[in-house]
Amino acid sequence: MDLDRAKQTYIIEARELLDSMEEALLIVEGMSEPEEPINAMFRAVHTIKGSAGLFGLDGIVHFSHTVESVLDRVRGSGLQLTGHLIGLMLECHDHLAQLISDLQSALPETAEVTLAGEGILARLAPYMNGGLAKAAQAHPVEAAPLRPKAGAEPPGRDCWHVSIRFSRDVLRNGMDPLSFVRYLATMGEIVHLASIFGNLPEREAFDPEECRLGLEIELDTQAERAAIEDVFEFVRDGSEIRLIPPNAKVEDYLQLIRELPEEDRFLGEILVAGGCLTLHELEEALKVQRQESYGDGSVQGRRLGTIVIQENAVPPTVVVAALEKQKKYQERQAQELRVVKVSAEKLDRLVDLVGELVIAGASAHAKAGQAGTGSASLLEATVTVNKLVEEIRDNALSLRMVQIGETFNKFRRIVRDVSLELGKAIELEIHGADTELDKTIVEKLSDPLMHIVRNSIDHGIEPVDVRRARGKPESGTLALHASHESGSIIIEVSDDGGGLNKNRILAKAIERGLVKTGANLSDQEIINLIFEPGFSTADAVSNLSGRGVGMDVVRRNIDELRGTIEVETEEGLGTTLRMRLPLTLAIIDGFRVEVAGASYVVPLDVVIECLDLAPFLESEHNHLVNLRGEVLPFLRLREVFQIPGEVPARERVVVIQHGDLRAGIVVDRLMGEFQTVIKPLGKLFKGAKGIGGSTILGTGEVALILDVAQMVQLATERHGPPRNSQASLTESA
Amino acid sequence: MFQIVRSTHEGEPSLRLEGDLTIYEVTEAKAALSAALDQHPSLPLNLSGLEELDTAGVQLLVWLKQEARRRGRTLTLFAHSPAVVEVFDLLQVASLFGDAILIPPASPSLIAPSVS
Repeated sequence: MDLDRAKQTYIIEARELLDSMEEALLIVEGMSEPEEPINAMFRAVHTIKGSAGLFGLDGIVHFSHTVESVLDRVRGSGLQLTGHLIGLMLECHDHLAQLISDLQSALPETAEVTLAGEGILARLAPYMNGGLAKAAQAHPVEAAPLRPKAGAEPPGRDCWHVSIRFSRDVLRNGMDPLSFVRYLATMGEIVHLASIFGNLPEREAFDPEECRLGLEIELDTQAERAAIEDVFEFVRDGSEIRLIPPNAKVEDYLQLIRELPEEDRFLGEILVAGGCLTLHELEEALKVQRQESYGDGSVQGRRLGTIVIQENAVPPTVVVAALEKQKKYQERQAQELRVVKVSAEKLDRLVDLVGELVIAGASAHAKAGQAGTGSASLLEATVTVNKLVEEIRDNALSLRMVQIGETFNKFRRIVRDVSLELGKAIELEIHGADTELDKTIVEKLSDPLMHIVRNSIDHGIEPVDVRRARGKPESGTLALHASHESGSIIIEVSDDGGGLNKNRILAKAIERGLVKTGANLSDQEIINLIFEPGFSTADAVSNLSGRGVGMDVVRRNIDELRGTIEVETEEGLGTTLRMRLPLTLAIIDGFRVEVAGASYVVPLDVVIECLDLAPFLESEHNHLVNLRGEVLPFLRLREVFQIPGEVPARERVVVIQHGDLRAGIVVDRLMGEFQTVIKPLGKLFKGAKGIGGSTILGTGEVALILDVAQMVQLATERHGPPRNSQASLTESA
Repeated sequence: MFQIVRSTHEGEPSLRLEGDLTIYEVTEAKAALSAALDQHPSLPLNLSGLEELDTAGVQLLVWLKQEARRRGRTLTLFAHSPAVVEVFDLLQVASLFGDAILIPPASPSLIAPSVS
């Protein structure tokens, strides 16, 4: 085993443990039965400390020891996990995270970090059993009693006896037995310790890098057998480790003497010095043994590496537990192997290539189709290839799909910290955490989402006294909600706060010159003003939001993702921000249409149906058709893009839906499904309304992808404010 | 960085060990110290300059002591540095050497920083 690699594993493991600790801390508050999260926290800190001890990371051991002790008191002695203590524990978490990240970047611990750690420990001290003094004592070296206590009773057998002969490779593997001793000292009191080097080989035969150390330790501790065994987890291979529990029989020690390679009397004296045996017992035992053995007093030791467990030395349940633990460990390892970590860059490159493959496949298919009747088999082959390409596309894209839960969970901490800072009580609800979407979208969504959440906490949810006055529950609720809807993902951030004040928004907009005084705006239009650049309703600029980054930036971010954002608000009751985003950025199933010989693509999943635009369906003046009794606004692509040319005798309507709104797009011809690799448009086209991107057809021609949101907006705008598409024709007429 | 510096102790030639004596240095140190042991019937080792000592370092010192006995030489350790005292205490190996360890009055407070 290579030390650096082992350390990397430790760092990764520690990070995961810290995440679970944070998670546990954030859900534990207010739980009626908090045992599970408390145990999770304890286990996390305990493991971090344990492994740190093995690497001789004294700073981490020192710090986490105190944290662990406090958590242990929470777990065992009924110490209440108050809000204050949770806050303190979160600080401990942050400090540990800092220590771990310093370890990774191989930075030495700075005085600043050490000082911060000491500060936290000092504040933890009141939670410790004997206050500060005890906390300081946790330092491994100070805690290690170097000699048996003067004048004390012979320690006797109420100690664990730890006997270890280290593997010869321990040192070369980058581990130092000293760290184990230091670490053991943190688990309890080392009452007695003897180092055994034996007779080291002469001259050249001695390899100084080979470890020939053996230790016989009397450890006074409350720790369980498994915990002591865990200390030696990293060196178990090749090392000989024996544990004798407290209050064991004389026989057990004698067996130990017999099994170990060193001379019996030598070991016996160590045990006597450690208080495990009395001199008399030793003498008796050696006498008996001499009669039994080969005459020269020596008894063959057992094979290296075996840990002999005698039934009466170890309760069988302990063995079962240990075996189970080992099994779990192996299972976990197996599971880790099933997951391969791949750099995002490689994945992006793969998706790019798949995109090219899709285009090339479509091109081949088109060529095969043009080649005429003689090429039926060629056509068949390209169909098969295209089907496979489609599958590869779906698979490649699914590789980039991640659950949004992780992003949502980040907000638990933020909501907690920010609400504390503002003195508000806020609960965070998360729904649909397992909803998957493209990784790049998740990344780009993180900032706008953060801004919206902070806005909600800062401006949305009222302070406790205001809420009380308004007859609302004192604790506000912020909900994050994710779900799929017809090929897009919907993310909602809603709060039950004060809602948006339309009059204030309007007044502000007029003051900022965004709208003219007396302009006739609908409620929705007024609310949408918050997305205008340079708009901020915050009366006071706090350090949370209102940092010059407004909702306009949020909308721009969402726009860049080809998504939309809308606000629903009810004054006094709360606000919901709803974002609608595409599942992926790279490839979509498209529906190809033609106008005057040029191709356009509509994302297939927004297409509801296609129909003929029969003259009698149309009421030309207001661009409305009667679709089975429903009002359907429509527009002619020909008119939108000002395309000259003859209008064919029969036009077609593609009915598309965006959100709750439907609209028809009138085109010349319908061409059918088409896999579309989205290519972004150049800057030149940024201002062009109704176009979302471009793609390359199999023939090499360029087709424009229609921006559905804008199309629907264009179609419905002509009829004033958006109306319910379900409204019947007679009512709207 | 490990270094062996020649000096004298009570009129005798002695060696002063400086720097770290850990798994990284023991092979080199073994060669040098084994040769020195052959040259000097009595070899005092001044440990005041040792800044870090690990199990491999302790083991090397134990081996030197054993080699000295086998080769009929005398090896003594003196002026243990705080780092050495700490490790010797932890492993309880002082008795293997039988040398007096003089602890300067301020030593307890000196031990702690060397390990934290």
